[in-house]
Amino acid sequence: MIWIVSIVVLVMLASAIAVLVLPNMIAAVAAASVVSLALAVLFALMKAPDVAMTEAAIGAGLSALLLAMGLKRLGLWQLED
Amino acid sequence: MRNIAGLLFAGGLAFLLLVLASYLPYGQTPMFLGDAILAHAPGEVHTANIVAAVLLAYRGIDTLGELSILFTAAAGVGLILGHRSLRSDSAGVNGAVNSEQHSGFITTRAVDLIMPLLMVVGFYIIFYGHVTPGGGFQGGVILATAFFLPVLVRPGTRIEHGVITLLEGLAGSGFILVGLWAMFYDQPFLQPIFDSFLGTGPLGSLWSAGSLPLLYLAVGLKVGSELAGLLVTVSEVPELSETNISDADDINRK
Repeated sequence: MIWIVSIVVLVMLASAIAVLVLPNMIAAVAAASVVSLALAVLFALMKAPDVAMTEAAIGAGLSALLLAMGLKRLGLWQLED
Repeated sequence: MRNIAGLLFAGGLAFLLLVLASYLPYGQTPMFLGDAILAHAPGEVHTANIVAAVLLAYRGIDTLGELSILFTAAAGVGLILGHRSLRSDSAGVNGAVNSEQHSGFITTRAVDLIMPLLMVVGFYIIFYGHVTPGGGFQGGVILATAFFLPVLVRPGTRIEHGVITLLEGLAGSGFILVGLWAMFYDQPFLQPIFDSFLGTGPLGSLWSAGSLPLLYLAVGLKVGSELAGLLVTVSEVPELSETNISDADDINRK
């Protein structure tokens, strides 16, 4: 249990740092949703499935959509960098 | 100097939080309310999912407040971004742009296949909110995402805002009507209703928990239509003009 939790926390930390250092904006949005997805796994491990569902639906799904659309409106939607 | 001050402040805050946390017993609830609700909810509200009992029965008015907060946020976004000058209404200019933006064959077909499945998942999570984990908020977000995906891959699609607004208003007033309905039984506002017809099944079945599934259905439809309207509004804002985009590129390269 403690090993799974520490791996999930390491994934969260790594992708949170990746959001800051990645030069490609789309990759940064994807990394931001990985943080939410790992947090949802953490909530599910801590026996809070309701919160895990909310985090997965809103953090990984909806906010990534909103961020991606914001990128598109700002003209920062470039696949190659 | 400012960095050192910030470091000192952050370190002090962390120390304060650690001291506070070390005084809390780990794994035990410091309050008795949670234990009381866990002990009484299955007998009083007949929900297998205690979270639903807290959200809709014990804290029903809080949920109404949450819905109104969400409504205010969505109304603010609609007010700012839904302005006619920002809306991409001019079909002549827009049509050319949209045909270029059209996603590929594989993406379009994949979304067409996934969208009904996502709708089923969303409605399942809403309808079984009082039995299994999940409920109106989570299912509503999934419904909104499922509704928005076809719009995302076909940027030219026109969406009737009136239908979304009508559904949202109906769901919101449905929540309040179920709350008012309890007053016919001489109960306070939003008290869960248990009569001879509504939710008479055993604990853990779909047809249980009185009027709570109706409330969750209203919450789910309201959240779903609200967020779908918000996403559609955001997606209808036209892109920045060509000169602005090249400026942004220049800033990026520098």
